[in-house]
Amino acid sequence: MANFYSDIPEIKFELENSPLMPRIVELKERGFADKDQYAEAPQDQADAMDSYDKVLDIVGDITGNVIATNAEEVDAEGPHHENGRVRYASKTYENLEAMNKAGLNGMTMPRRYGGLNLPVTVYTAANEIVSTGDAGFENIWSLQDCIETLYCFGNEEQRQKYIPRVCAGETMSMDLTEPDAGSDLQSVMLKATYDEEAGCWRLNGSKRFITNGDSDIHLVLARSEAGTRDGRGLSMFIYDKRDGGVDVRRIENKLGIHGSPTCELVYKNAKCELCGDRKMGLIKYVMSLMNGARLGIAAQSVGLSQAAWNEALAYARDRKQFGKAIIEFPAVAEMLSNIKARLDAGRALLYQTARYVDIYKALEDIARERKLTPEERQEMKRFTKLADAFTPLAKGMNSEYANQNGYDCIQIHGGSGFMLEYACQRIYRDARITSIYEGTTQLQTVAAIRYVTNGFYASVIEEYAAQPVAPSLEPLKTIVGEMAAKFNACTAAVKAAENQELHDICARHLYEMAADVIMSYLLLQNATRDEALFGRSAQVYIHLVEAEVEKHNLWTSRMNTTLIENYRQA
Amino acid sequence: MNLKIVVLAKQVPDTRNVGPDAMTPEGTVNRSALPAIFNPEDLNALEQALRLKDQNPGSTVIVITMGPGRAAEVIREAMYRGADGGYLLTDRAFAGADTLATSYALATAIKHVMPDADLIIGGRQAIDGDTAQVGPQVAEKLGLNQITYTEEVLSCQEGVITVKRHIDGGVETVESPLPCVLTVNGSAAPCRPRNVRRVMKFKRALCPMELPKDTTWADLPYAQDYENRPYLKLGQLTCADVDADLSQCGLAGSPTKVKNVENIVFKAKESKVLTGSDEDVNGLIQELLASHTIG
Repeated sequence: MANFYSDIPEIKFELENSPLMPRIVELKERGFADKDQYAEAPQDQADAMDSYDKVLDIVGDITGNVIATNAEEVDAEGPHHENGRVRYASKTYENLEAMNKAGLNGMTMPRRYGGLNLPVTVYTAANEIVSTGDAGFENIWSLQDCIETLYCFGNEEQRQKYIPRVCAGETMSMDLTEPDAGSDLQSVMLKATYDEEAGCWRLNGSKRFITNGDSDIHLVLARSEAGTRDGRGLSMFIYDKRDGGVDVRRIENKLGIHGSPTCELVYKNAKCELCGDRKMGLIKYVMSLMNGARLGIAAQSVGLSQAAWNEALAYARDRKQFGKAIIEFPAVAEMLSNIKARLDAGRALLYQTARYVDIYKALEDIARERKLTPEERQEMKRFTKLADAFTPLAKGMNSEYANQNGYDCIQIHGGSGFMLEYACQRIYRDARITSIYEGTTQLQTVAAIRYVTNGFYASVIEEYAAQPVAPSLEPLKTIVGEMAAKFNACTAAVKAAENQELHDICARHLYEMAADVIMSYLLLQNATRDEALFGRSAQVYIHLVEAEVEKHNLWTSRMNTTLIENYRQA
Repeated sequence: MNLKIVVLAKQVPDTRNVGPDAMTPEGTVNRSALPAIFNPEDLNALEQALRLKDQNPGSTVIVITMGPGRAAEVIREAMYRGADGGYLLTDRAFAGADTLATSYALATAIKHVMPDADLIIGGRQAIDGDTAQVGPQVAEKLGLNQITYTEEVLSCQEGVITVKRHIDGGVETVESPLPCVLTVNGSAAPCRPRNVRRVMKFKRALCPMELPKDTTWADLPYAQDYENRPYLKLGQLTCADVDADLSQCGLAGSPTKVKNVENIVFKAKESKVLTGSDEDVNGLIQELLASHTIG
């Protein structure tokens, strides 16, 4: 009876050991005002934390005993395309039914709409756990998160119409990508026109690569301003499948996440509702949608890394060569240790990001009800910036780590890993998309680089450096301080060159240096609180990234405007 | 129709993952070494009850379990999944009961808490005793029809229940008028998971037995809850509460006497070691032919 929450003490640690958590609970529960109206609402801090723990225990139970056991079959069967509709793999319905029966929908939504009012941090943990069992199923289930955007920007009528349905288990999708608009969403051409006669908006055109494209409720990015060509002509719409008008033309045949249907959609005069204000679709709403989705992919990636660690460890203990278990060979042990170190470091970054998101989102929500105090406004501003700066780090780094961990997991399995019998090949295939969708790692770098050049990461790093660590970890902290100094020096040098191309080509290196230093400090904090759980990973991780940072240091400091010539391929 | 359903459930040691210290030197189950769980087939039974409740809104599902204070966990677990409430049947006088005394106690309790029950549903058997006797004996004691080895309830309307039951080599479909007793097979639908909202709502539910010594409800944390939310006080019944005849309860009412428990260790009494040589193989074939094992 596996439980993917209680079997993994690191998740519970991340949930319970941050000084930010009491503030999150306080903001989210508004002085525990719901307790008299809703029997399930917590009465105080301890009660809320206990409920979070119990909710995740149920997620862990369902993941261990339903989702993970179905994963292989779902991967093999995949979804079916029938008469313009999607039929999931048969066991996907079993997974969905278990999640619905457990009531695990609308997790972050307020109780008045039928939600569970859980912090983003708890929802993120649930995402991670489900992904460890089956990353493809996690896609379908976690698209419930789109409701957050409808909640933030839709009107009260739309909230009352749609949120309870999502809380009751209806699925969602975000229809953004088109054949000629992938990373460049400004080029979206799906046409939205106002039908004066019927008094509603209509959609015409097509979309591609839409995850869970046959969902019940779609958020659609479409061009409402005829004659425009850029992002300012785009608005966001809600399409309700009950109204009809959108068909699935085909389901993509993919390398991984087979359980998750990726659809090409055709809109034929489909009735829809405008969500929020015209022309704000891309500029404001999709940005918010994407930030939520990026945190989701970061969680999915950590879940995959956990799965890679589980499989690699079990195999290395079990497999014997040359008369002993291969885990005893240093070459294998190093790979294993690095998987665990990247997992723990990436997870620390994930939850730190989730906590930052929680605080600003909760304050933003309070601001809908009353005027914030000047202190609260300051706090919201600060945490919005932290969340914006950390989200691309968490998404980019964890997705790259998931790929590396999946690769190493297969390597540890040797020839057996290349065969399709072991779970490691599914993990490896499923991980591959994480560094691509919701913005490639290259685009995460673009989103993050301004915080490198404007010194924001450096200022956060300085704050982290000021936090005390356990005496036994002081030597490690000194090393991280040196890494930070290298990051600062490289940043200064790249800025001083005042050359955009040099800046762009060095961006990824500076991005990784910042992330390496931040994750090192976060792991040091974890190890200070629980050395038994994180001491080893802190040692291994810092040993690993000290060398990484030096690599980036060398690369960027040697790069110059003459050398760039060699990289021009166009 | 509104159904009234009693689910019989038992807390059992998890005998599916037995370690070396699972048995005491005296040959009894070492309960402290095994985690206490909801008897697996009773979960299948609960699922059948909850499905009937889903199909017949307004129906009531209560759980009755017999055991010490900690067995109240079974009631909470059932409520997390959808049961409306439950009763812990607990008394020193019930201790040491065999299946006859257990079914007497359960039948007496059912008559007391839900005399007009339409259905009484339990698991086929518990994984600690494996007798499969309690369900049928409860039916006999209440004078009701019984359907054992239930695989699935096909329909339940106008006072008639139709059930697919598991039999050797296949299934059969049978009907019975209500009220009746069902025992459910492990191959029936697995029980639904705990519901998060219900867990948050019922997590502080307690039986009076579970209160620490010399404490009252008013002394507990969140005491006002027990005042305002009566469902947090779980039912508890003693021998006297259900007017049970003491001579039919517990050890006194149990004709089954355990004479002796032996550890059985399988040992090869006679064995031969053969090599792969032609001579040994031929010898073995001759021997097996001679004993008519082959040929």
